[in-house]
Amino acid sequence: MYQNNLSAFNSFYSLAEIEVGKHLYWEIAGLKLHGQVFIVSWLVMAALLAFAVAGTKDLKQTPEGLQNFMEYAYEFLQDIAKNQIGEEEYRPWVPYVSTVFLFIFGSNWAGALIPWKLISLPEGELAAPTNNINVTVALALLTSFSYFYAGLSKKGLGYFSRYVSPTPLLLPINILEDFTKPLSLSFRLFGNLLADELVVSVFALLVPILIPLPVMMLGLFASSVQALIFSTLSAAYIGEALEDHH
Amino acid sequence: MNPIVSAASVVASGLSVGLAAIGPGIGQGTAAAQAVEGIARQPEAEGRIRGTLLLSVAFMESLTIYGLVVSLVLLFANPFTA
Repeated sequence: MYQNNLSAFNSFYSLAEIEVGKHLYWEIAGLKLHGQVFIVSWLVMAALLAFAVAGTKDLKQTPEGLQNFMEYAYEFLQDIAKNQIGEEEYRPWVPYVSTVFLFIFGSNWAGALIPWKLISLPEGELAAPTNNINVTVALALLTSFSYFYAGLSKKGLGYFSRYVSPTPLLLPINILEDFTKPLSLSFRLFGNLLADELVVSVFALLVPILIPLPVMMLGLFASSVQALIFSTLSAAYIGEALEDHH
Repeated sequence: MNPIVSAASVVASGLSVGLAAIGPGIGQGTAAAQAVEGIARQPEAEGRIRGTLLLSVAFMESLTIYGLVVSLVLLFANPFTA
């Protein structure tokens, strides 16, 4: 399926060492898994857990050091959920929204900050897990399931009345929206991350030193904004499912 | 692989990013202009305006990114190669 026979590109991307669509395959029970994604995302999860454990190990009345930072981060994440879902119902959704934010943020920055090129794999390369479309689609589907769960658990079958509001004429568009939401969420994250990585690689191919640095900084900024957008939108969709129409 | 297909894919992948950049470009310009106007009128609201601007600019950016995804698919995962 992959177009390895386009000779014009072959020489180009072997020089730049941009590997799109090459993966380290693990075969487990007949399934082909993209190993490099698992390695990096496990590392990200371990780092997040380590931060959480270290931040809460020695709790003090007046927070200092890491605990202070973690409380600041928690308040920031809580505000994302609170602003989108509303004062009354945001609390149960703080864990989901902040997990999504932290995982995406952690994996984006891990892909940009850690010099993965130093570690060579038999095939494919280590990079941010979020530049694999399977990861972003999985995250987006999680969001879809959560807003359905939120709506159904609050309103029961009455949740489906929102498909015919304000008029039944909008039914097809409302149904279509359920498909476009995860599609746009996943493509936005995937495209941004892959674009960042490609731009940095192309710059590094043209001028290998110093010049790619501003682009890398821009990439760091853009990828943190993407994490914010993904979690904000997830919270907004959940809030939309929870809100009362009457 | 058919040379016509590869040539068409390369042209299309260039066009898909270029065309997808037009609309968001105009939109981002408008948004930035309005934000500057807002800051000039109410300098004390600068922080909130900047935050909102960045978020909405990133939303517009993602429209171009959709075009980019299409072009990357055409280049690296072309469905018409067989």
